[in-house]
Amino acid sequence: MSELINKEIGEKGCCDIIEVKELNKWYGDFHVLKSVDLSVKEGEIIVVCGPSGSGKSTLIRCVNFLEKFQEGSIIVDGTELTDDVKKIRQVRSEVSMVFQHFNLFPHLSIIDNLTLAPIWVHNETKQEAKEKALKLLDRVGIKDQAEKYPNQLSGGQQQRVAIARALCTSPKIMLFDEPTSALDPEMISEVLDVMVELAKDGITMICVTHEMGFAKKVADRVIFMDEGQIIEQNTPDKFFENPESDRLQLFLDQILTQ
Amino acid sequence: MAIYSLKETKQPPKSQTKAILWLKDNLFSSTLNVVLTFVALYVLYLLLPPILNWTIFDANFDLTADNQSCGREGACWSFVNANFKMFIYGFYPQEELWRVNTMFGIIAALVAFGSLIKKTQYRAHYIIGSFLIYPVVAFILLYGGLGLEIVETDKWGGLTLTVVVAAVGIVASFPLGILFALGRQSEMRVVKFISVVYIEFVRGVPLITILFMASVVLPLFFSAGMDFDKLLRALIGITLFQTAYIAEVIRGGLQAIPKGQYEAADAAGLSFMQKTLLVILPQALKISIPNIVGSFIALFKDTTLLLIIGLFDMLAIVGAATSNSDWLGRDTEGYVFVAMVIWVILYSMSHYSKRLEVRFSTEHK
Repeated sequence: MSELINKEIGEKGCCDIIEVKELNKWYGDFHVLKSVDLSVKEGEIIVVCGPSGSGKSTLIRCVNFLEKFQEGSIIVDGTELTDDVKKIRQVRSEVSMVFQHFNLFPHLSIIDNLTLAPIWVHNETKQEAKEKALKLLDRVGIKDQAEKYPNQLSGGQQQRVAIARALCTSPKIMLFDEPTSALDPEMISEVLDVMVELAKDGITMICVTHEMGFAKKVADRVIFMDEGQIIEQNTPDKFFENPESDRLQLFLDQILTQ
Repeated sequence: MAIYSLKETKQPPKSQTKAILWLKDNLFSSTLNVVLTFVALYVLYLLLPPILNWTIFDANFDLTADNQSCGREGACWSFVNANFKMFIYGFYPQEELWRVNTMFGIIAALVAFGSLIKKTQYRAHYIIGSFLIYPVVAFILLYGGLGLEIVETDKWGGLTLTVVVAAVGIVASFPLGILFALGRQSEMRVVKFISVVYIEFVRGVPLITILFMASVVLPLFFSAGMDFDKLLRALIGITLFQTAYIAEVIRGGLQAIPKGQYEAADAAGLSFMQKTLLVILPQALKISIPNIVGSFIALFKDTTLLLIIGLFDMLAIVGAATSNSDWLGRDTEGYVFVAMVIWVILYSMSHYSKRLEVRFSTEHK
């Protein structure tokens, strides 16, 4: 119902689905995240960029608790992340992640990669899971590879499988951790195309990426991080046309003149 | 600037025959290689004739010959024939030998039937079922009960004993080894501590010591009147020993699994058990196959140490057979025969491990 209303008023989400407050994290003595605040509305598409080591990957990896944090709080869809294993699994069952290096399970066929979590975490029957998996594989354009193993596919195909695997659990939130950085240049677009299609579906997305074309095309908000903090965030138009901080100006100059 | 048209794909040039090419590449590729080739040929020239003479050309293949009529210049294979049953069954009663044969027959049938099952799902059930039921059946067949006459374990010997000890050691140490490998990786301090202490203690001690401890120290823990089977003690000792080695081998496999696999499993919401059983262990075990089998092969050979605590495995049986005045001085024949039998078994194991590796391979084909 809420989705309908939101469409009518032309805005995304009434409610914050992710709330990050005063998030602090250290690796040993190194202060990776410095009091980061971030709230994400339901259906919002956020692109996070910034130089390497700026803490952008660490930030999204905190959202599904792949990284522990020392201070601050993260609430995902009403569940606060603590050391409580049940709550962590609750959050993870709603949040899917796509990794830079795909991280497909090499000992399982493509179809088994997709159905693993639906069967074991979401208690779906094999039949249901398989039907859904085939639909998703069809959607990312590799249905005919279902019985192959990950190492028999190209990088771009593997990443598309990874996206399909992430979607297979019908998540509310998708996290993308530099999904195109490990790909050969000619394969980047096939993965981005899938992500653009996905963005149209109204799923909440946080993407750490340097693909500025993607950000301009689909993002509701672009966030620039440096030295463990959010320096600037804005709508894509303003973000790219009128960067306010010098550091963002410098960063944009560097990546856009490549 | 120039534009180039695509070139044709051609066959490689065929200048020399394959055999000559092979010789050139493998035996005469460099001066050192030429020297080594001739040294190897010379060593073969020195060794092969006496070996062949003894085992074949000067040997007596008359299987009914006795020690005197056999002659001394070559092997006397009737010794093996005359003691064959002892080599295989030890001192197991003659009229009960069918039980040992049945036990070996069932395992062969299980393996043969198992290889016919195509569907992986049923194969898993079949394998697990066999592992649970077969040991019970084998025990009843060998030891007795359910109407079968009891054959005490001190009658067991020869190849039967070797296989029983190795099989029990392998089957029992494998799951235990997995547990200890996981324990050593565990974030729970106590579990980790116990695993490390156990593994490092056992690995720091020779098998003989453990066998002695199992056979001498273990009974001290039990009340004086209780007779604690000698073979059982040895089995416990061997299993404890093998567990530590298997644990280390599997830990090696676990460490080879990239962090991303753990993360992907975590991110998907799998529980610790699901992650371990569905994602991590299958990959770790696959990587570990060559080393696991290597460790099992070492165990099989180590069973010869059972002699020390008074159990007659196949090797010890040779000593027993040649101490019989009819066959004095025929040790060599016995040991050569035992070596050949053990070699065939171990080579099959290592060959099987290679086939497993190929079967589990998910790389480009």
